Formats: sequence, structure tokens, C-alpha cells
Amino acid sequence: MATFAPGTRVRVRNDWPEARGPAHIRTPHYVRGAQGTVVRALGAFKNPEDLAFARPAPPRALYHVRFDPEPIWHDGRKGNDLLVEIFEQWLEPA
Amino acid sequence: MMLQETDGERLLVAVRRLLEAKGIASTAEIAERIAVTDRASPGQGARMVARAWTDPDYRALMVEDGSKAAEMLGIPMRGMPPLGVLQNAPGLHHLVVCTLCSCYPRAVLGYPPYWFKSAGYRARAVRDPRGLIAEWGTVLPDDTKVTVVDSTADYRWMVLPLRPPGTEDWTETQLAAIVREGDMIGVTVPKLS
Repeated sequence: MATFAPGTRVRVRNDWPEARGPAHIRTPHYVRGAQGTVVRALGAFKNPEDLAFARPAPPRALYHVRFDPEPIWHDGRKGNDLLVEIFEQWLEPA
Repeated sequence: MMLQETDGERLLVAVRRLLEAKGIASTAEIAERIAVTDRASPGQGARMVARAWTDPDYRALMVEDGSKAAEMLGIPMRGMPPLGVLQNAPGLHHLVVCTLCSCYPRAVLGYPPYWFKSAGYRARAVRDPRGLIAEWGTVLPDDTKVTVVDSTADYRWMVLPLRPPGTEDWTETQLAAIVREGDMIGVTVPKLS
């Protein structure tokens, strides 16, 4: 099910479905468009974007993705990590 | 006579009747889930941490599969989201937040503390974790890496903290007694009082 192997560099799609209409999205604003590294596949879970609207919700692969927080916040701090759960439909190869 | 004082209580009664009538959840199942929820508390997570500190095989299992490790100690995980365990190490500290809402490993930690759901905690944990946890008196060495885990989807995360020095000859029960809720979120670290 999972297409991205651990270690793969990925980019979170810079997409804003909530600007187009009602949406339920588990991808935080601050990582949209950011690059990160796949740490591990966490399994497949019913797509919350459909589940929230009681639509058929096929399982989607979920990943733990590691981001460097510095390019997100521009705070000059080095060496820290952000780990975020991101669904596959939000990821593209970087 | 049963007093139904608020709209919320009337709504609850109506929803429970509908769940029963539609065969979605029986009164007994709801009662069982309420009992399980009431039993869940940080003491459950603390037992897991203490076991991991004293049993390397259990630690390995806990890091690999938190849900299985919880069940091994009799903590009910049926119907709960999978539990992931974040292992602190010398030079590595984890902090858990849910920036989108208030996802929390309730099976092993119980109800989240009020501040965990606050906009302030959620916004600051991802941006300035060190500054935030300093307000709990937690000051990490400068060269310690801080990994913030934003609990955004289907997993729930707890921190396996470092065993404090001076507890080498302690029993598992003694160890469990010093592990607090904040230690398993990552805002504090276990200390001898």
C-alpha cells in the first residue's frame, strides 16, 4: 500500500482545499509546501477527508514525516525535528 | 422522577436511545466503555514506563508496538487508535502536541490536561518547544535535540522518558510512582521529589 520508502525525500502539496469549500484536513497549514523525509509507514487508515462527511472512505497510507523546523519558522534554531503524520495523497517526491 | 436539567442531558438520552434502537451500541457496551474510560489514567502509562525501565525485552516491544505493550499490562486497547511510543535518549527529547485539535493517548494517559487543548500550548509547542517547557521548569542541555511530534492523524503518541539517576535499586512499583502525566507528554522529565 505504501509507495514511499523510509528515507524518501518528499514535499507536502501546497494545496488549500478549505479555500474551495467545506473540507476536513489532517495536514497542518505550517507544513503545506514544506520538504521532509519519510521516517516510516504507519499503516493505512480510512481517509479522514471523506470520513468527516460520511462519504465512503477508502484506506490511505499514512506516514511519519520528519521536517526541519528552521525553514518553516525561520527562527535560526538548528538541529531540531518536527515529526508529523501525513497521508499519502498529500505527498509528492521532492 | 428523573430530572433532565439541561439540553445536553436530554440530547445524551436521545442519542443513547437511538444507538440502542438502531443496534449500533447496547446499553451494556456503552456502560463497559464508560468504565474503561474512567479507569484510564496516567497511572496506566506510568506502569508501562516503569516496566520498560526494568525489562529490556518489554522496552523493545513497547517501542515497536505500543498497543501490544499496553495490552500486555492489561490495559484495554480494543477500539482505540494505535499507540506509538517515542523513546527519549541522552541527547534526544520528545514533546507531543496535537496542533489541529486535542488527539491524546487516552487509553494510557486518561483525559488530557486542560492546557493540552489550549490554543497557546498547541501553537507554541511546534514553534518554540524549549521556551514552552521551560515554563514547567524543564531546561534541557543546549546540545539536546528536541523532536516535536504533532499528533495529526490516526496514531496516538506517548513519550518513554529517561529513567532518573539514583533509582538503580528501585522496584517497578516505586518507579511507576514517580512518572507523571507531563513526563509522558514531554513537558517535564521524571524527577525524584
